[in-house]
Amino acid sequence: MSQLQRALESGRFAVTAEMAPPKGYDFSRQIAVSGLLKGKVHSVNVTDMQSACLKASSLGLCIHLKQAGLEPILQITGRDRSRMAILADVLSAASFGIDTVLALTGDHPVVGDCKDSKPVYDLDSVGILQMLSDMEATGCDCGGNPLEGGAPALFKGASVTPVYDPLPLQINKLRQKVEAGARYIQTQGVFDRESLCRFLEEVDRAGIQVPIMAGIIPLKSAGMARFMNENVPGIAVPEEMIARLDAAAAEGKAQGVKGLPARLGMEMAAEFIARIKEEKLCAGVHIMAIGAEQNVPVILEQAGISL
Amino acid sequence: MIITQKKPAEELLAMLAGVRKVALVGCGNCAAACQTGGEKELEEMKQFLEEQGFEVVGSILPDECCHKLLVKRDLRALKDCGAEAVVGLSCGDGVQTVADNLQLPVYPANNTMFLGQVERVGIFHEYCRMCGDCVLGETGGICPITKCAKSLVNGPCGGQKNGKCEVCPDNDCAWILIYNRLQAIGQADKLGRTRKTKGYAGAYYPKHLNLREGKKA
Repeated sequence: MSQLQRALESGRFAVTAEMAPPKGYDFSRQIAVSGLLKGKVHSVNVTDMQSACLKASSLGLCIHLKQAGLEPILQITGRDRSRMAILADVLSAASFGIDTVLALTGDHPVVGDCKDSKPVYDLDSVGILQMLSDMEATGCDCGGNPLEGGAPALFKGASVTPVYDPLPLQINKLRQKVEAGARYIQTQGVFDRESLCRFLEEVDRAGIQVPIMAGIIPLKSAGMARFMNENVPGIAVPEEMIARLDAAAAEGKAQGVKGLPARLGMEMAAEFIARIKEEKLCAGVHIMAIGAEQNVPVILEQAGISL
Repeated sequence: MIITQKKPAEELLAMLAGVRKVALVGCGNCAAACQTGGEKELEEMKQFLEEQGFEVVGSILPDECCHKLLVKRDLRALKDCGAEAVVGLSCGDGVQTVADNLQLPVYPANNTMFLGQVERVGIFHEYCRMCGDCVLGETGGICPITKCAKSLVNGPCGGQKNGKCEVCPDNDCAWILIYNRLQAIGQADKLGRTRKTKGYAGAYYPKHLNLREGKKA
């Protein structure tokens, strides 16, 4: 059984991090960082060509992580693979003991770095979850043909964007994901208690029962925050946080010290995580450090979180 | 209507390399409306090709270029014109229908863009991708297969910003349009229903339809 599943089902505060495979075939950085994450997080999401930029496959890094003793979460998007290709990857993953997956629709190729690639979208996030649930229920593939030895048991998750207008549309999609078999949810990066709570209240009001893990993005600078606010749908960093990052940069400049904004970003992430746990807002957190995964154990320590 | 757009002139000239005598075939229906294959465009093409040193030995304008028998009849006018190649000023269907009737190379002057609505003269919008399995009854009459860049059938992705699509910010998010429309027509409940995944078993091509099967010819 998935460690993440065990943590969520036993009511322990669940922690996941996120890592991208390399753009290339040298996985040494990822493997080195995974050593730092071991024992600090329940599972590690491995992205599937996030932002539609070409990387080595999610399955490849998942296998590396599994062999290094971590629990990987296979992220699956519908962008590049038909239902057959997705199921084939899931079966291969299961043979390595990788049974935790996260289904996403996936960013469109035109927003990425290989714009001529053909978008597939045979299945969207809901479709992927439903196909996997059907496979588990029937032991059959997506064509209704029996699988040799039956279907693997999976722990399936999905994502949600808490800051979304109109929110009922996002809540509805969340319901569809849960009905299609999502048993945990990781949110898009959220930065303030108010936004998170507004979303969680709507989920409660809709009567949707599923463990939700708050997405945490440690900010590195005011520029990064402004860029994400401008360009990443669903991201809304409050102005007050951006001002604090600006002030930290000014202070660093005055003192001749580098890295103060990033340090502040980690502190703010840690404070938020601690608050989420203390106030029992969410079932856990999902930390997206975007290339700075080595900071995750530090942030967790600052937040007073241990598994 | 099938919406077409003129190819760049260089592309057409490259196809015509080595050809001297050319005949033109326009289309009086969609291409005429798209200003890519009507009377005026045939005249402009004739003038352009002559400036480029070609001899335009014939020109016809069938009422619709996708109708095999009609095109066959109209092509008789080009029978003895001595053309070495034909330039089709129509959609891809029209170009091929002309070619079906001739033992000559037929070159497209246009790119075939989409099946579209004519908002007004010269303004066209894609409304249907002809998926062969219409979902409009569930989506308030707004097509997610066409109007969502990812053809999502279960609601929006996370990629909209201020109601606009991440793929092309000129486009509205189809699912927000659908959401608003379902509310407006009192069918908000339809949004909550998980649809089956859309299947593609019937999406192989080329497709055929024969209404005469089983009837007397």
